[in-house]
Amino acid sequence: MNYLELLKLALPETIIAVMALVVLAVDLVALHELERRFRFIIGGMIACLGCAGAIVWMLISSSDANAFGGMLVVDPLTKFVKIALLVLTILTILLSMESDFTDHAGEYLALILFAAVGMMFLVSAEDILMIFIALELTSLSLYILTAFNKRDIKSAEASLKYFLFGGMSAAFTLFGLSLVYGLGGSTNLREIATALADKGLDPLLMVAIVMVVIGFGFKVAAVPFHLWAPDAYQGAPTPSAAFIASGSKVASFFIFAKVMAIGFAGEQLTQVQGSAAWHNYAGGWVPVIAMVAALSMILGNLAAIVQSSVRRLIAYSAIAHAGYMLIAVLSHNADSLASLVYYAATYGVTTIGAFGVVAVVEQGTGGEKLSDFAGLSRRAPVVSFCMLIFMLSLAGIPPLAGFFGKFYVFTAAVKSGAPDLGLLWLVILAVGMSAVSLYYYLQVLKQIYVAPVGADAGAIKVPVLTQIVLILVAAGVVVFGCAPNLLLGPLTEAVKGVGF
Amino acid sequence: MLAWTIYISFLGVLVLMLLPKGNAALARGVALLTALIGLGIGIAGLVQYSSANTADGAKRIVEVANPEWIPSLGIHYHLAADGISITLVLLTGLAAVAGILFSWNIESRAKEFFAFYLALIGGVYGVFLSFDLFLLFVFYEIAIVPKYFIIAIWGSTRREYGAMKLALYSFVGSAMVLVGLIAAYVVSGAHSFDLTDLAKYSYPQSFQMWAFPVVFIGFAILAGMWPFHTWAPTGHVAAPTAASMLLAGVVMKLGAYGCLRVAMTLFPDGLAAWKYFFAILAIIGIVYGAMVALVQKDFKFVIGYSSVSHMGFVLLGLMTLNTIGLSGAVLQMFSHGVIAGLLFAVVGRMVYERTHTRELDVLQTMGLVKVIPFAAVTFVIASMASMGLPGFSGFAAEFQIIIGAWQAFPTLAVITGLGILIGVAYTLRAMIKAFFGETAEGAAAPVSHESSAGEHHTDHCPPISFPEKLGAVLLIGVSLLIGLFPSLLLNVIKPSFESPLFDWLRRLQ
Repeated sequence: MNYLELLKLALPETIIAVMALVVLAVDLVALHELERRFRFIIGGMIACLGCAGAIVWMLISSSDANAFGGMLVVDPLTKFVKIALLVLTILTILLSMESDFTDHAGEYLALILFAAVGMMFLVSAEDILMIFIALELTSLSLYILTAFNKRDIKSAEASLKYFLFGGMSAAFTLFGLSLVYGLGGSTNLREIATALADKGLDPLLMVAIVMVVIGFGFKVAAVPFHLWAPDAYQGAPTPSAAFIASGSKVASFFIFAKVMAIGFAGEQLTQVQGSAAWHNYAGGWVPVIAMVAALSMILGNLAAIVQSSVRRLIAYSAIAHAGYMLIAVLSHNADSLASLVYYAATYGVTTIGAFGVVAVVEQGTGGEKLSDFAGLSRRAPVVSFCMLIFMLSLAGIPPLAGFFGKFYVFTAAVKSGAPDLGLLWLVILAVGMSAVSLYYYLQVLKQIYVAPVGADAGAIKVPVLTQIVLILVAAGVVVFGCAPNLLLGPLTEAVKGVGF
Repeated sequence: MLAWTIYISFLGVLVLMLLPKGNAALARGVALLTALIGLGIGIAGLVQYSSANTADGAKRIVEVANPEWIPSLGIHYHLAADGISITLVLLTGLAAVAGILFSWNIESRAKEFFAFYLALIGGVYGVFLSFDLFLLFVFYEIAIVPKYFIIAIWGSTRREYGAMKLALYSFVGSAMVLVGLIAAYVVSGAHSFDLTDLAKYSYPQSFQMWAFPVVFIGFAILAGMWPFHTWAPTGHVAAPTAASMLLAGVVMKLGAYGCLRVAMTLFPDGLAAWKYFFAILAIIGIVYGAMVALVQKDFKFVIGYSSVSHMGFVLLGLMTLNTIGLSGAVLQMFSHGVIAGLLFAVVGRMVYERTHTRELDVLQTMGLVKVIPFAAVTFVIASMASMGLPGFSGFAAEFQIIIGAWQAFPTLAVITGLGILIGVAYTLRAMIKAFFGETAEGAAAPVSHESSAGEHHTDHCPPISFPEKLGAVLLIGVSLLIGLFPSLLLNVIKPSFESPLFDWLRRLQ
C-alpha cells in the first residue's frame, strides 16, 4: 500500500485535521483583531465546512479497505458511524458559536476538531495499539475542552477530575491491553480472538478483560466508573459538555462493542459468524458487563431523581443511558450492533439539543437549576417545545427516536438470549428503570410547562442560530423516531456487509 | 377513511400550535371542528360497517392501511378495524366533542390545552385502530403524556400529585406490556408484530402462564382494575372536567381494550388458567369501588370510585369468555364512557366551577336544585343511567355481562348483584346530598354560609351555558338511544367475535 492510497483512505480524518490547523491559523493571523462573536462565527463556518467536506467524501467514495492489519478499517459501518460523529461535531460547533465563555475561538474550535479526529480514528481501529492512541487523542482534547472556561473555577475543577479519573483509567486500559497482547500474541483484534478462543477461564485473561472493561467503562461513564461525569457535565462549558455527552459516547461505545465482540469473541468467531450465542464469549465477560449495565441503570436513574441541577440530572441520566447501551454491547448479534449505533447516535443528537436548551436558559436566567426553568414555556415557547421533545425522547416516549432506540436494543437483547430468554431479566430491569426515569424528565417539563412564571421574568431572547439548530435537532428526533428506517436501512445494510 | 380520525386529530394539534397566542375562541373552534370531524368519521364508519356486515356477513375486519414501516423488525403500519374498534372509535369521537363543549370556558393557555387534548384523542384513536402491536404500543404511549400536562396545568385538587401518579401508573403498566410484547415477538419467531400473525402462533403453556398476567395487568392498570386502581380516583379528582371525562370516557377503555385485543388474544391458554383470578379481582373492584364511593365526602371522588366499580363490570365481562359476556363488556365500555363523561361534566363543570366546592356536606346546604336546576335534572338522568335503569345504555350492557357471568361462574355473579345494589345506594346518596339538600331558611341559606365557608357562593352563580346544555343533551341522547336500541351497537360488536382473530374464544368454550 502506497502513501497515496493511505491518504485516500484516511482522507476524512486528514480533512478534519487540516481544517483544525486552518481554523487555528486563520484565527491567529486574520481574525484576532475582530470581535469575539465574529471570530467564533467565521472559525465555526470553516470548521463546519471541513466536517461537511469529510461527510461528502465518505458518502461518495466507495473504497473499502483494511489497512495495516486493522490499523485503519474503512467499511460502510465505520463510515456510517463517522458520519454520525461528524454531524454531532457540526451541531456542537454551531452551538458553540454563540458562546461567550472564552476569547480563544480558534483554539476552542480546533480542539473540537482534534477530538473529532481522535474519535474517527477510534471508530476505524481494529488494532489495540491504534485504539489506545486514538482514545488518548480524544481524551486529551476533551480534558482541555472541559477546562476552557477559565473564568469559572468549576470548569477547572471539572477538568481536573475528568483528567485524573481519565488518566487512571487510561492506565488500566493500557495495562489490560498489554496483558491481552501478551496472551494473544498480536495487536489485531481478530487475531487475538483466534488466539484466545481455546483459553477458557484463564485467570490472567480475566484480569485483562476486567482491566479493559474498567477503561472503557470510564469512557462511557458506567457505574462504578462514573464519578467524573456529573462534575464534568456541570462544570464544563456547555458545548464541551454536549460533545463529551454525545460524540465521545458514540465513539467509545462503538469501539467498546467492537473490542468486546471481536477481540473477546471466543469460540464464536471461529465457529459460526453471527450466531447469537451470547454466552460463548472468551473469559465470560458477559456477566461482568451485565453487572455494570444493571448498576448503571439503577444508580443513574435513582440518583437523577434527586438532582436540582439540570446539568447533573442530564449527567446521571447519561449514566443510565450508558446502562441501556451496555445491554446492546453484551447481547452481541447483528441486530444489537445496529441498535447500539442507532441508540448512541440518536441519544447523542438529543443530548446536544438538551444542552442547547440549558445554554439558552443559562444565558437568560443565569442559572441551570430546575427552578431556573420555571415557566420557560411562556418565556421561550419554541425552545420549551424543543426541550419537551428532547426530554420525552430521553424518557423513551414514542414516536420519538429515543423510544425506538430503546425498543430496538431491548428486542435485540431478548432475541440474543432466545430461546431461553436469557437476557430477559436485564431487559425487565431496563424497562422498569425507564419507567422511573419518566419521573425526573417530567420534573424538568413540569418546571417548564406547569410552574408559574416569576414576577420579574420577561421573554428570554434566544439567539437565532441556536433556535434554528434546536428546531432542526428536535425535528430530527421526531423524524428518526417516526421513520427509523431512514437510519436503520443503511445501518443494517452496513452491519450485514461487515459480516457480524 | 377511519385512519383520518387519527390524522385529523394530529393535524388539529399542528394547527393549534401555529395559531396566534391568546385567542381562546379560535382555539376552541379549531378543536371542536377537529373533534366533530372525528365523530363524523366514526359515525360513517359505524354505518358502513353495519351495512356491509348485514350484506355479506363475511367481512368482519375492515383493512385500512398496511404498508411496511420498519422492515428490519417486521413492523407494519397496520391499521384495521372490527366492530369493537369501530364502537370505541365512535365513543372517542363522542367523548372528544362533549369534552370540548364542557371546557368551553377555558381561557388560560387555551391553545395549549386543546393541543394536548387533541394529541391525547389522536393517540386514543390510534390504539383502537392498530392491528400491529408495535403501532398499538406507540399510540398507547402517545396517549399517556398529554394527560400529565392537562392535569398538571389545568387541574384542581392536588393536581401535580394526581398527574404524576397517573403518568407513572400508566408508564409502569405500559412497561409491563412492552416486556410482554418483546418476549412474545421473540418467542414466536415470526418476525412480525402483526396481531393476526401473532394470534395464530400458539405459545408454549409455560410462557403463557407468566406472559398473560404481565400483559393483562399492564393494560388492566389503565382500566382501573383493583388493586391497581388508585390512580383513578386521585387522577379524576385532580383533572379538569374535560380530562376527567376523557379519563373515564376513553382512557380507561384503552386499558380494557388492550386486555381484550392483546393479552387475551395472544395468550388464551394463560387466560384460561388465570380467568378465575382476574374475575375475582374484577368483582372485588365492583363491590369495593361501590362501597368506597358510598362513604366519600368529595362529590368527584364518588364518581371516581364509581368508575372503578363500573370498569369492574367490563373486566368481569371479559373474563366470562362467552360471546354474550364479551359483547356486554364492549357495550359497557361504550356506555360507561358516555355516562361517566356526563357525571363528571355535572360534577366538575356545572357544579364545581360555579360553587367552588365539591364537599357533599357543603353542597347539601346550598339547595342546588333551585340554583342550577338544569344540572340537577341532568344529574338525576345520569344517575339513573349509571344505576342501570332499563332504557339507558348501562342496563343493556350490565345485564348482558351478568348473564354471561351467570353462565361462566354463577357464585360470583350473585356477588355482583351486591355491587349493583350498593351502586344504587351511593348514587342516590350523592344525588340527594348534592342537589336536594335541606336548607333550613330556604334559598337564603347559602349566603349565610358564605361567611364561614369562604368563597362558596351561589348567589351570583352563572346560569348553565349553551355548550354545556348541548353536551349534556348529546350524551343523554346517546345513552338513551343505545339503551332503547342496543342492537345498533350489538349488531357490529357481536359479529366481530366470529372473525378469525377470535378463534381462541371458540377453542376455549
